[in-house]
Amino acid sequence: MTHLPGEPGVWVFIVGDLLMFALFFGAFAHYRAQDPALYLQSQATLNQGLGAINTVLLLTSSWFVVGAVQDTRGQRAGRAGTRIILAFLCGAGFIAVKFFEYREKISAGINLTSNDFYMYYYMLTGIHLLHVVIGMGVLIFLWRLLRQSALRDSTVSHESVIGHLESGASFWHLVDMLWIFLFALLYLMK
Amino acid sequence: MTHRTTWIWALLILATVLSWELGHGPGFGSHPERATVAVMLIAYLKVRFVFLDFMELRAAPLPLRLTFEAWAALVCGAVIALYWSGLARYPASL
Repeated sequence: MTHLPGEPGVWVFIVGDLLMFALFFGAFAHYRAQDPALYLQSQATLNQGLGAINTVLLLTSSWFVVGAVQDTRGQRAGRAGTRIILAFLCGAGFIAVKFFEYREKISAGINLTSNDFYMYYYMLTGIHLLHVVIGMGVLIFLWRLLRQSALRDSTVSHESVIGHLESGASFWHLVDMLWIFLFALLYLMK
Repeated sequence: MTHRTTWIWALLILATVLSWELGHGPGFGSHPERATVAVMLIAYLKVRFVFLDFMELRAAPLPLRLTFEAWAALVCGAVIALYWSGLARYPASL
């Protein structure tokens, strides 16, 4: 039996996002191939350890969100809420790491206009960071919804809570997934 | 939380450490192209697990699942192909 998690509209949005990022990734790979020396030299200044830590943070937050969806289906709103908070904290950790990373670059005089590699670095990680911030807003909404649904006089139906959880989770996993490719492209390619 | 998703999470973390090591460490020594292809393939496998198991596309309607599978394969394939096309321009020191 097939099951579409969440609202169909969320999937339309996600597919649109996928198309946009496919173009970004393709453009980056294309221009990198024109001048590998410049891209390698610039990439060497990135902190790959911080990139790896951020990957672990997003993967872990995604895992918490998977658990929250499962808890919601099993009528365990309290546990689901706790997992959403943990996922949110991982997202906050990601932003904190990114802040230190940007600060490190900016204090070294590296900005958006330094060269093509850094233009892509700031643009791609910046658009992704915006996704993280929106995703964290979604997580707050889900947490509040779970709290409401747990009240004795709640008018929120169980099905609608599950639907919202699934929609929000799908977006959060998209954010995690995009970072996996960004980490490989910007930080790791040799 | 099911055991399956926990195992997948652990696998994803392990894959992250492996690709980080390939990217920042010596990788395949004097063959950076091998490390790059390995890094991209690991990223592809990670993305596929996120799609199928975290986003639950394994059980989603087939056209949607195929759209996501095709996207991941296409991005990974295109990046490797474009990378390969630029190898001739690599600095001699590598």
